[in-house]
Amino acid sequence: MRVHVDPSKCQGHNRCYALAPELFDVDDYGNAFELNDGVVPAGLEDKARLALANCPEFAISIEE
Amino acid sequence: MSETVYGPVTDWATDFDHGSPAYAANQHKIWDDLKNSGCPIAHTERYGGTWLPLTHEMVHSIAYDTDHFSSEGPVVGQLKPSEVPDRIGAPIGPVPPISSDPPFHNEARRLLLPAFSPKMIDPWRDEVIEICNKLIDDMGDADHIDAALQYSQHIPVMVIARMLGLPVEDGDRFRGWVNLVLSGIGEERTEERMQKFMEFNEYLAYHVNDHKENPREDLISFLLNAEIFGEKLSLEHAVGTVILLLIAGIDTTWSGIGSSLWHLATNSVDRRRLVENPDMIPTAVEEFLRAYAPVTMARVVKEDMEFHGVQMKKEDWVLLPFPAANRDDKQFANAHEVVIDREENRHAAFGLGIHRCLGSNLARLEMNVAVEVFLQRFPDFSVDANEMVTWSTGQVRGPRTLPFVVNARA
Repeated sequence: MRVHVDPSKCQGHNRCYALAPELFDVDDYGNAFELNDGVVPAGLEDKARLALANCPEFAISIEE
Repeated sequence: MSETVYGPVTDWATDFDHGSPAYAANQHKIWDDLKNSGCPIAHTERYGGTWLPLTHEMVHSIAYDTDHFSSEGPVVGQLKPSEVPDRIGAPIGPVPPISSDPPFHNEARRLLLPAFSPKMIDPWRDEVIEICNKLIDDMGDADHIDAALQYSQHIPVMVIARMLGLPVEDGDRFRGWVNLVLSGIGEERTEERMQKFMEFNEYLAYHVNDHKENPREDLISFLLNAEIFGEKLSLEHAVGTVILLLIAGIDTTWSGIGSSLWHLATNSVDRRRLVENPDMIPTAVEEFLRAYAPVTMARVVKEDMEFHGVQMKKEDWVLLPFPAANRDDKQFANAHEVVIDREENRHAAFGLGIHRCLGSNLARLEMNVAVEVFLQRFPDFSVDANEMVTWSTGQVRGPRTLPFVVNARA
């Protein structure tokens, strides 16, 4: 599984970083980006889905 | 001058008044009744003409459409932005960046984002914990407390005053000015109101000058030195941003904390769950943000246009009721129920699009800590049946008095 944050949609709500800091980080402006080229380590799939389901801007996508 | 309509509301679809106590008290029912009667966007001639879209889809599309909707008037007033004397117009607006439009907005916002990013805000946690505990210590061993007057209203004021570099002990004055700007929107421009605005401006001018002469490590000094497009910010821009940070950070978070505590005082099952499982608090706070979102923003129509079948006129106000979007059952399952462990929660409490609340990380920190500390110290509390819970009026909604009985303390 891979996750991706669309930087043109992210407005820095910081939900993904709060819910899944293993998968996302934020820059100095508070905008999110995926860690590890978006590769989701085994066992963290639910966290990736949780981040997607809580992004108010629909900026996160998942590739299964 | 806009034609101003006063008096009680006769019809919520064609004559609503979002600044009235009736709206503050009954807004959830008003939205439901309007939508059920086939009116997803209400109109009023009040405030010179104002629209109230109620679906998540409409609120979302207006928030994203900066070509047709300007932010130069984020709070609806009796005067249209163009009618306010000596006003700074679009794209800057009087209180940048909330009142700014692209492309200026992007630069004005980028200046401020680092100071409010998660990694700069998280270190404030211990200080917020200390503030919350001190406020509870100050209540002594009273069984009857007011969680708004003695707790929620103080927390954001103390933090933002410290961040800006203003005296923390001036909290009462800040709250007075917040009420002036945000709660008094239905009032006429009386001399008394004008006098209070003047006092606010003089107070800020004094502290800005003091920071010029004695620079220090705070946000006011930062703004006085900051540059935009290669030049220092104009004094109007810097002072406008100070006003924004002071006003926007106070009663919004105070309302969010108050509504959360009100929910827990009136829902003992939820309260017990959080007392027993404090690690659920962050998820519950997101649900309180969804269900009791404090903030409605406003936009100004740039040119005559059609929107979802209605004819909007240039300079009409358009409200962005994020709290109504958050209760849209097309967007949220069981939208009308407060589900404190809701897993999927794309709520819009902090807005949508380029104006996402700059202080959202700070507000979340304060709400989480305030709820956590309150439940630690008062594991059982309820609303005092002999007293009244009162709610604010205007575009920021939250409890202004919260008379509680403390049934257990830890």
